[in-house]
Amino acid sequence: MKQLIKEFTKGITIENPTFGLVLGLCPTLAVSTSVANAIGMGLAATFVLLGSNIIIAAVRKLIPNEIRIPCFIVIIATFVTINELVMKAYFPALNASLGIFVPLIVVNCIVLGRAEAFACKNSVVSSVFDALGMGVGFTIALVIIASIREFLGAGTLLGATLIKGFAPVTMMILAPGALLTMGLLIGIVNYFHIKQKTNKEITKAGCDGCK
Amino acid sequence: MPDKPAQENTTEAINQLHVFTSPHIHSQETVSKTMWSVFLALVPAGIAGIYFFGLPALKVIIISILSCVITEAVIQKLNHKKISTLDGSAALTGILLAYNLSSRVPFWVPLVGGIFAIAIAKQVFGGLGANIFNPALAARAFLLASWPKQMTEFVSPLNPDAITQATPLMLLKEGKFHDITQLGISYWDMFIGKRGGCIGEVCIIALLLGAAYLLWKSYIWWQTPAGFILTLGGLSWIFGTSGLFKGDFLFSILSGGVVLGAFFMATDYVTTPITKKGQLVFGISCGIIAFIIRRFGGYPEGVSYSILIMNAFAPLIDRYLRPRKYGTKLKTA
Repeated sequence: MKQLIKEFTKGITIENPTFGLVLGLCPTLAVSTSVANAIGMGLAATFVLLGSNIIIAAVRKLIPNEIRIPCFIVIIATFVTINELVMKAYFPALNASLGIFVPLIVVNCIVLGRAEAFACKNSVVSSVFDALGMGVGFTIALVIIASIREFLGAGTLLGATLIKGFAPVTMMILAPGALLTMGLLIGIVNYFHIKQKTNKEITKAGCDGCK
Repeated sequence: MPDKPAQENTTEAINQLHVFTSPHIHSQETVSKTMWSVFLALVPAGIAGIYFFGLPALKVIIISILSCVITEAVIQKLNHKKISTLDGSAALTGILLAYNLSSRVPFWVPLVGGIFAIAIAKQVFGGLGANIFNPALAARAFLLASWPKQMTEFVSPLNPDAITQATPLMLLKEGKFHDITQLGISYWDMFIGKRGGCIGEVCIIALLLGAAYLLWKSYIWWQTPAGFILTLGGLSWIFGTSGLFKGDFLFSILSGGVVLGAFFMATDYVTTPITKKGQLVFGISCGIIAFIIRRFGGYPEGVSYSILIMNAFAPLIDRYLRPRKYGTKLKTA
């Protein structure tokens, strides 16, 4: 159980797909213009991750090693299509605003990356936890970036105006704003990561280290 | 290289190198002295700007400089670095940023611009000497992309209260005139700065005065400004709006920010090539890009973007135009 919780939390913290592994940047940069888009994209990717991880972990012994990538893609594409059709039927507005990035989840490297690095080597149960952790981590990262960009770039949060008379920083909802926000956030995450690491080394060495 | 000629070259080189043991004479040049000299050279244009656009221009300049200096101090303090905010480089960024703004901008535009210039365009890359892009111009590009309305409202000179006026280049872009006589101002007006525009770019004569001081003191060299201004003017003359070789050479170099950009921003030590040859290439390329943006782009003025684009190429220019090593012969085919 402890191991399973670890599989879940690593996706949110150290192996966060956006801030730690720096994967799936294309949808991250493109759809993080508003919080609503970010949540939609995050949940869609989580669904595909979950589905593909379960199936791939279940059939991992049947897939020949030489053609594993095409097999993964077929499985992933199935879930992306399910996801796209459901979205078109029940959330047409969200589907319209995410546009091409919904079918593009097929080539999202987080999904393929987890299939290749985790699901084809581990059991179904731990793959479920891995997918959930990665999906939640991706959604959280997207929502953080989107909140900053939507607030600064449009003066709103989830569509609601927060401060009256605020002249929005238009650049933040354009492409350079995405790269700036991403870069600075990764910088902050790395800063704390390195600090934590050096602190650990210092406590490990302790006074004995100097003797 | 074969052994023998190399040896000969070395002896030749030693004969030409006159380096003696200490004590040496120190040139007395420091980063701080250079920065404040450039700052001083920019003061006349600022005084002219305040004369033409009134006290709001002074307000913009002061807010911009303070914003840059304080941001630098705060970031260096947070990074536990030595606080070198009074070495003049932050103040220089501040004054250049203010010179690139209209006097009508609200107070928070130079404030945010200064923070962006120092925090994002300079300190994130490692501070003075490590930034890729000119901080003042990066901030200007950021402000223009974020608040296009506030950034493109200009006032007419000597009547700063209410009348908003488009700059000559904006009118040209809109196709409102083809000849300077239709504009109602003379070349002399443009030379002394009696036209709408940014605070520091209008008064050409004051800018030239400052540039002459810098050239005389060898703080800048003629290669970049000459390459920049002559290329932009020449291309505007050759590909004139009314036909080949019918363009207005003087108008193209007196309007917009080309004099300010060519002498004070394309000559920045950090973000431009080191060698004289490289600087000439840099200047000419800036001129070509600025002309293309002015003529075919969406913006009326392209000087700031041309310098920013070429900043990115400065390391490449330096790489391909390395000077010959002292004592080695030129490569012969």
